[in-house]
Amino acid sequence: MKKVFRNIWLWFDDRTKLSETMLPLIRHPVPPRKLWSYVFGSATLFCFILQLVTGVALSLLYQPSSNDAYDSLIFITNHAKFGNILRGIHYYGASGMIILVGLHMMRTYITASYKFPREMNWISGVFLLLFTIFMGFSGQLLRWDSNGVWSSVVAAEQLGRIPFFGKYLARLLLGGDTIGGHSLSRFYSYHVFIFPGLILLFIGFHIYLVFKNGISEPPKAGRPVDPKNYRAWYEKYLKENSVPFWPNAAWRDVILSGSIIILIVILAAVFGAPALSGPPDPSVVHTSPRPDWYMVPFFALFALMPHGIESVAMMIGPVITIVILLCIPFLSNYGERSPLKRPWAMFGVICVFIFVISLLVIGIQAPWSPDFNAKPLPLSAVRGDHADSAIINGTRLFYARGCEYCHTIHGFGGKNGPDLSLVGNRMTQNQIIIRVVNGGTNMPAFGNILSREDLNIITGFLAAQK
Amino acid sequence: MSEKPKESKMDRKEFMIKISLGIAAAGAATVAIPVVSALILPVLNDSPGAWRKVGLLKDFPLKSMQLISFTNADPVSYSGKTAQSAAWLHRKSADEFIAFAANCTHLGCPVRWEEGAQLFMCPCHGGVYYIDGTVAAGPPPKPLTRYKVRVSNDIVQIQTAPLPITGP
Repeated sequence: MKKVFRNIWLWFDDRTKLSETMLPLIRHPVPPRKLWSYVFGSATLFCFILQLVTGVALSLLYQPSSNDAYDSLIFITNHAKFGNILRGIHYYGASGMIILVGLHMMRTYITASYKFPREMNWISGVFLLLFTIFMGFSGQLLRWDSNGVWSSVVAAEQLGRIPFFGKYLARLLLGGDTIGGHSLSRFYSYHVFIFPGLILLFIGFHIYLVFKNGISEPPKAGRPVDPKNYRAWYEKYLKENSVPFWPNAAWRDVILSGSIIILIVILAAVFGAPALSGPPDPSVVHTSPRPDWYMVPFFALFALMPHGIESVAMMIGPVITIVILLCIPFLSNYGERSPLKRPWAMFGVICVFIFVISLLVIGIQAPWSPDFNAKPLPLSAVRGDHADSAIINGTRLFYARGCEYCHTIHGFGGKNGPDLSLVGNRMTQNQIIIRVVNGGTNMPAFGNILSREDLNIITGFLAAQK
Repeated sequence: MSEKPKESKMDRKEFMIKISLGIAAAGAATVAIPVVSALILPVLNDSPGAWRKVGLLKDFPLKSMQLISFTNADPVSYSGKTAQSAAWLHRKSADEFIAFAANCTHLGCPVRWEEGAQLFMCPCHGGVYYIDGTVAAGPPPKPLTRYKVRVSNDIVQIQTAPLPITGP
């Protein structure tokens, strides 16, 4: 029996020449590795394959129409067997792909692997990064809950800031001049056909280049890249040092990728898919749209950047970022690759890393958003005579007139404005009145909103908080 | 003698190259027309505003601010819930209505009217507007967009409009 199968395989291999083509690729010589830093690219690829497989599975259950998508999401999450886990895997797989593509890019930059002759490896990688981010964004829209609807409005508004074409680009994105029947079909096409197609094309090109230019050798201080003789040197280096890709180098890739996929499945099984935020009805305005975590740094940036430069920044910012990324290999495609010899480059990586993580952390807290769920301030929490009607009314009005949307007092309320728990120590009642009537930096003027009586009660109450 | 046929052979080869590439390009171009049309259809179709009834005059007390919802101008049958839009309708005086788009002019998030504070607030980046739609705080660059409102025979109507895109 074994012999029969062997003969079938030999016949098949003879006619297709599969092992003749594939074995040299699988066993192609690569520089020996001693570190775990060269594994993020393959892990990203495995995550992408995971996304393809789970994406196809989801498409068996999903209804790609503006009217039905949300209901089919409820079906997948609550009724389909393992549907919640399937959605979870696709979500954590997307998260993993974004983290890994970031790590892969950081590692490539830290070891300066983009230098001669691997400039095109880097450039195709930049496109793959952009496509991956777009996939993350469009995937979040396909959930087609209230978050999905409003995120697409936010994206349309951003496109709208582009001069001349902005309005048309916004309409193109939404599939019309409002959210409607055409919107979801387009997001579906982008997320399921157009961008996966582009990613497959670019991954093919990226891997082709990895074979053609070889995997970069681990950098060594004092061994700079010289474009004149690098290729000859690399060939000689491989002859003296190389190991076959499989299994000597690739076992690390397989272990990491396999572990990550198992981790993703465990996360999906334990935590499930992200909750749906409400039906996709654009007339329901009592909702607080929030992007998925990987879009939160952008969300935070739009709240924190100076408002005056926002239109320009929204348009120029992405353009400059992309141009810089594309230019990196041309700004320095020779010389030292070792991070020890490129302190400013390392400083830059650390700055970008801290910048993105800080935006993520502050974006999750979102202190600039009004606290719509603030609880009424209890009398027991405030300072002053609890039997005094001025304090009692002040406590009530502080909540009733909406001060708590932005101000924290004794642990209650939002974080946009200053904490007023002890405001009486730094301002007199008259000073508080002036501030409340006229407003201030980022504070509305309440002069035309509050009655004179309410104003006196609230400010008297605040002045007593010391 | 031997030169001539060779030259004409070259011409024939060049001609075949040109005609094959030409036919391939023509094929691609003819396919591209409907494909590109599908891609840019949303820009080609213009939907005119339509007047929608949102209630009777008596439904809107003086000085009130109410959330109204209405169907977009030209919805397709499969739009479902997404055919709806919302606006905040303020009856400023007996015969003066103002309808504000529910979209924040910063990045389009849904603003809500907070009766106690007498302010519109945006949940995304902290945009705040006064009762007349002007910016009170936060990042919005412009006042809230207004829709057209009219009253005829005690029926209050709103004119549908595209999603307000703030622009540069």
